[in-house]
Amino acid sequence: MRGVLALVLWLLLAGPAFAISDPAEALPDPAQEARAVAIGQQLRCLVCQNESIEDSGADLARDLRRIVRQQVAAGRSNREVIAWLVARYGNFVRLRPPFETGTLLLWGSPVLALAAGGGAVLLARRNRPAPPPPLSAAERDRLRQLLDRT
Amino acid sequence: MIPELGHFTLALGVAFGFAQAFLPLWGAARGDARLMQAAPALALGQFLALGTSFFCLAWSSAVSDFSVLNVAENSNSLEPLIYKITGSWGNHEGSILFWCLILSLCGAAVAAFGGNLPSSLRARVIGVLGAAGVGFALFALLESDPFLRLWPPPVDGRDLNPLLQDPGLAMHPPILYTGYVGFAVPFAFAVAALLEGRIDAAWGRWVRPWTLAAWCFLTGGIALGSWWAYYELGWGGFWFWDPVENASLLPWLTGTALLHSALVVEKREALKVWTVLLAICTFSLSLSGTFLVRSGILNSVHAFANDPARGVFILVLLGLVVGGSLLLFGLRAPVLAASGIFAPVSREGALVLNNILLCSIAAVVLTGTTYPLFADLLLGEKLSVGAPFFNATVFPLAMPLFAAMAVGPMLSWKRADLGAALMKLWWAALVAAVAGVVMATRAALLPALAFAAAAWLILGALADLIERVRLFRIPLGASARRLMGLSRGSLGTTIAHAGLGVTIAGIAAMSLAHAAIVLLHPGETAKLGGYDWQLVNVHDADGPNYAARVATIRISRDGRLVTVLAPERRSFPVQQITTTEAKISTNGLRDLYAVLGEERDGGAVLRLHVNPLAPWIWFGALIMAVGGMVSLADRRLRVGAPARRAAVAAA
Amino acid sequence: MNRRLLLLAPFGVALVAGGGFLAMLRREQAGTFDPRGVPSMLIDRPVPPFSLPGLASSDLRGRPVLVNFFASWCVPCVEEAPVLMDLRRAGVPLYGIAYKDKPEATDAFLSRHGDPYARLARDLPGRVAIDWGLTGVPETYLIDRDGIVRWRWVGPLTPEAVTAELQPLLRRYA
Repeated sequence: MRGVLALVLWLLLAGPAFAISDPAEALPDPAQEARAVAIGQQLRCLVCQNESIEDSGADLARDLRRIVRQQVAAGRSNREVIAWLVARYGNFVRLRPPFETGTLLLWGSPVLALAAGGGAVLLARRNRPAPPPPLSAAERDRLRQLLDRT
Repeated sequence: MIPELGHFTLALGVAFGFAQAFLPLWGAARGDARLMQAAPALALGQFLALGTSFFCLAWSSAVSDFSVLNVAENSNSLEPLIYKITGSWGNHEGSILFWCLILSLCGAAVAAFGGNLPSSLRARVIGVLGAAGVGFALFALLESDPFLRLWPPPVDGRDLNPLLQDPGLAMHPPILYTGYVGFAVPFAFAVAALLEGRIDAAWGRWVRPWTLAAWCFLTGGIALGSWWAYYELGWGGFWFWDPVENASLLPWLTGTALLHSALVVEKREALKVWTVLLAICTFSLSLSGTFLVRSGILNSVHAFANDPARGVFILVLLGLVVGGSLLLFGLRAPVLAASGIFAPVSREGALVLNNILLCSIAAVVLTGTTYPLFADLLLGEKLSVGAPFFNATVFPLAMPLFAAMAVGPMLSWKRADLGAALMKLWWAALVAAVAGVVMATRAALLPALAFAAAAWLILGALADLIERVRLFRIPLGASARRLMGLSRGSLGTTIAHAGLGVTIAGIAAMSLAHAAIVLLHPGETAKLGGYDWQLVNVHDADGPNYAARVATIRISRDGRLVTVLAPERRSFPVQQITTTEAKISTNGLRDLYAVLGEERDGGAVLRLHVNPLAPWIWFGALIMAVGGMVSLADRRLRVGAPARRAAVAAA
Repeated sequence: MNRRLLLLAPFGVALVAGGGFLAMLRREQAGTFDPRGVPSMLIDRPVPPFSLPGLASSDLRGRPVLVNFFASWCVPCVEEAPVLMDLRRAGVPLYGIAYKDKPEATDAFLSRHGDPYARLARDLPGRVAIDWGLTGVPETYLIDRDGIVRWRWVGPLTPEAVTAELQPLLRRYA
């Protein structure tokens, strides 16, 4: 029994270790294949963390790759293919989250960061200490006296 | 016996840590010179204690003492000696001890080289370093003791994760950790300055070499990690925007900003408050990066020990160090006099722009990395943020940064002539534009722009150098003399900026890579990227603690043999893990890359890549680190220089 | 005054972030927060139409049923088997779908660990599982009498999950 368990465990672990897939998977048309790769890179492998289905050797990722290729070959648009997967796995499957109210801060972060930086510079320029006023006539005389003494 | 000695010296290190945290700071607050003088000895003591402790762990691992739980779990008697030793920092417990050791090394370094610091500043810096580290040493002692014994000892150990049994990754943690932890020194200087309530140009001059040194190590560490991912994970990718990778990129970004803003403090006595904040943030990010990864919150392909209970302990420690220093900043920073009047078009203006852009990139990466967690916590929404998001948002922020990078060093301090600087760069701009247009015909728009940026950076650095040595305008000999006489600081800048250009060229060229997955039988040939890849055979080969299948692939071009690659698939019986060993042949301009997949029907599945300019990605990082080191060799930065310069001025 | 507040802002941000992480760790320990979990899109939606040898979507109507995806090669499924057998003894209708599993292997698995299923379907290519949004085995779904998915459990069912979550739902949709 333990031998069987060990073997099963080994099979499970061995799967993801090969990040290599079947040469027969690729679509014959290079343009379609390129499109399928581009779509696959936007989709998250659900069982492994933070890998796209194109990078992953997991079984489920392989199935999803195949489905993406079938749909691309059937002439579906990128948007349709992604929508098909979102319907099954939710926005979780998209490595590029959609632009919506929940992701406003996320997509807005570059603009917000730049605005904060610019704001800080403006604030610092406005609050900067005033340059010292020019010397008065009396001070200038005193300076000349001091300089003459050396 | 040896593990007990290790455990004892770890406890001794904690005791030294507490003393180092309290006595010098107390002495500095009371103006007690004797307590302040104790600081260097305490720092040295902590370093020696933790050094002995780590040596004991490495020793137990080297002699395969499986009665130590940590050794039994992460080592194996058949493993090569080098991996037995490097394995001691490749696991959770050992890496925490190692982290503490490097922090204590920083304290000892300040003690050894900080002889010219004012005694209260030195005492405070060493004290803050002690305070930052003691909690983590205590954590190592109480919550993740590497010296726990196991009885009865197993006959053999469970082996190190095979992915970590690799020379590149064996050296990765020491370099990366030195980078991470090195930022503790500028952090300690910043907190000490807040305690003292004083920052001047000398402070900037003291902080910069430490920052530079940490930055060099971090640059090297990140590059090494990415190189490891490239050749070991076998996907041909090199950067995945994974949380762990982002965690190392964040302190690099803010640390780079710190490097530049400290320069403004040093030259113009401006941006003081900002520089202090950057120093605190950089170390906070490297702390959070090292430890949040272990708490199990972040999703990662490189997941470490995931234990929420340990996570709470770590979070409390993080809160004390990060929260405490930021609270001190909020309370004490108003004391620091705001100063600095400067024109937008000037060297310091360009450095401010650099800071805004670098910190914006850092903010975006931080937001993207933590957004899924907070969206889940607050909105109950499950999201993923991956490479497509980061590429789309970081790129537009990086382009203006690259554009400004070539111009900045050409501007003079205080007030500069932008037109004149641009005039000196016209040919660089022309070549960059041509490179971009040529690339646009072969690749997508973004890589083409990146290529233009790379050309602009490399040539811009060259133009800067030509300008400084007045090449062709004065006799060559005089130019050579000028080159020798250039300040190491500005030479370092030029080298580092060119290095970034080289890295970007390598990244951009990845878009021209060819890849194919083929099923070949022995004797069959596949064509890819103008090369003929012939599978000669697949045979067995055994290593010390693994069994391997090796494919021999002859690669030729136009009938002439280029190279023979022998990618392997190794199976490690102890951990029951199979790894792929990609093999790469490089000539500096392109990589030929082969991975062996599964075998079936008498043939083998091979993944083949031709990656033009790929080695440039890491070569560029190396150039950047060299630039940092050249800069570090600058006389004016060498420890003791401020005092010496003052003496020269007086004479 | 303004400047003072501004300089305290980084501390405020760190405080909020630290509080957030603490809440995450707490809720992770309590089991109510799982950053790795993939949400199900099927909750409160009808079962996706399918037809497999042994079971079709039209069969999932008329009374509440549990649908359990499993496989003989799945280690946690072994762990789950006694819990499923208890459910069968309690009279809960349980349908099994063998995911990417050779029929003889499935049968051997069921004869060794007990067969809790009132009906057994085989999804050898794993295609129907993707329509369900399956990410691994075992996964268990509760379908109400109108064929609407009401609940999903990822991983092996535990006795605690059965008492705390499943039984109240079974009573509600009975």
